[in-house]
Amino acid sequence: MLTICKRLFAVLFFIVAGFSAFASEEHAGASHGEKKEFDASEVIFGHIGDNHDWHFFDWNGHPFSVPLPVIVYHPQKGLSVFSSARFHHGHESYEGYALDEKNKIVSEDGVAIKDFSITKNVASMLISVILLLLIMTSVAKKYKKNGAMKAPSGFQNALEPVIVFVRDEVAKPNLGHKYMRYMPLLLTVFFFIWINNLLGLLPGGANFTGNIAVTAALSLISFIVIIFSGNKHFWGHLFNPPGVPFGIKLLLVPIEIISLFIKPVALMIRLFANMLAGHIIILSVISMIFIFGAISSYAGWGFVPVSLAFAIFMFFLELLVAAIQAFIFTNLTAVFIGQAIEEAHHHDHEHEEYHAKHPVTGQGYNVSEQEIIA
Amino acid sequence: MDLLIPDLGLFFWTLLAFLVVLFILRKFAWGPIVKALQERESGIADSIAAAEKVKAEMKEMQSQNESLLIQAREERTQMLKEAKETKDRIINEAKEQAKTEANKILEDTRLQIERQKMAAMTEVKNEIGNLAVEVAEKILRKQLAGQEAQQGFVQMLADEIKLN
Repeated sequence: MLTICKRLFAVLFFIVAGFSAFASEEHAGASHGEKKEFDASEVIFGHIGDNHDWHFFDWNGHPFSVPLPVIVYHPQKGLSVFSSARFHHGHESYEGYALDEKNKIVSEDGVAIKDFSITKNVASMLISVILLLLIMTSVAKKYKKNGAMKAPSGFQNALEPVIVFVRDEVAKPNLGHKYMRYMPLLLTVFFFIWINNLLGLLPGGANFTGNIAVTAALSLISFIVIIFSGNKHFWGHLFNPPGVPFGIKLLLVPIEIISLFIKPVALMIRLFANMLAGHIIILSVISMIFIFGAISSYAGWGFVPVSLAFAIFMFFLELLVAAIQAFIFTNLTAVFIGQAIEEAHHHDHEHEEYHAKHPVTGQGYNVSEQEIIA
Repeated sequence: MDLLIPDLGLFFWTLLAFLVVLFILRKFAWGPIVKALQERESGIADSIAAAEKVKAEMKEMQSQNESLLIQAREERTQMLKEAKETKDRIINEAKEQAKTEANKILEDTRLQIERQKMAAMTEVKNEIGNLAVEVAEKILRKQLAGQEAQQGFVQMLADEIKLN
């Protein structure tokens, strides 16, 4: 039963994938009225950007989309909440607010407003949050019901290796005996990023983890945890490295302080750029069909197999990247926390190097900080 | 580029949602799951250790049993040996005793025979003596029945005295 469901889902996935590509093209055509020419960059940037309605596809020039709530804060007028349907896809203004050409809400009186709308990305995130809560609490319930000594079953079986992986490969080698304190954070970061990466891959899905605001929020949390985990030894080494001449200290301390801030920034940009790039590549490959189609319809149809092959390849790659980027974000967060909570005795030898032992093979491996940031 | 400017609203919602998820999952999911995993691992480790211990105990017990068996076997051999020795000794003693007894009986018998023989011999001697005296009396009576025989005898006795 489950495998049938999975297969059905996979088939639907690819049907909708092709379908949404067509839809995107029609949408681009429709939004520009009489303009017939296909504009790939607009399709792509429309897709990876945020929107105030969740657009799925157009049918006979009629857009099929779900309007989302708009929440704006005006310094004088206060908070207003209304549906994005009031804008009529940017054709009308409502309560003195209108959509500009970049799909951003602006106030018609020119005052800077704060936009807390439930956009497509926020809506997608809420779905992922609900999914995450449902899945994880049901799995946790199974652990409680079956007790610790019973073999895992069903979804519990699928998640257990991942949880054990995060614990044994991410938390334990980096955080040592204090790993239990950080397990909830690491697991949440990992599954939050992973599920959002996967939802972003669904056709019509939002490019949530490929948005810099999202990765900024996630890395801010990592940064705060790193800062608050830092022990006396960490701060001592940061502001007053022992055994370093004063002249070099003048040079070293600013670099160390900068490196402290570079770590979360690197986390932010890595996830953002990786996910964004994946989306852009898939959309570009699909768009090629229509670019060729604009030259001649035979060329367009002829390019379909090539484009589809590339797109399918990229989808598989992105499935991998979705998990890898979630893992990298989690692992680096653990590494940085590990540096912050490292005890004095084995830091002196390794200074800028992070040393860990593989929990299974016992084989040691070293990762330099440069590699981690790169 | 619009892409590189973080959106305040999205930033805010992400932060809020992530923190809510973190706190809910920490309480209702990660806590129980990680605890259960740890319990299971320690449970498995304990079970393996217990099994090892039982195995070692079994081994020890087996070796103990074996040594006990060997000991029992040795004891049995010892007992059999002792029993045999006792038997032999008893038989030998009995034999010895029987021999002495038999010898003693033989000796007694021999002595009795000797004594009886002596008694018989004495009786025979006495009888012979009596017979000899009777015969001599008869002969004397016969020889000294006549007057002249008595005189002759007295004469002879007298002659003997004379001669002396």
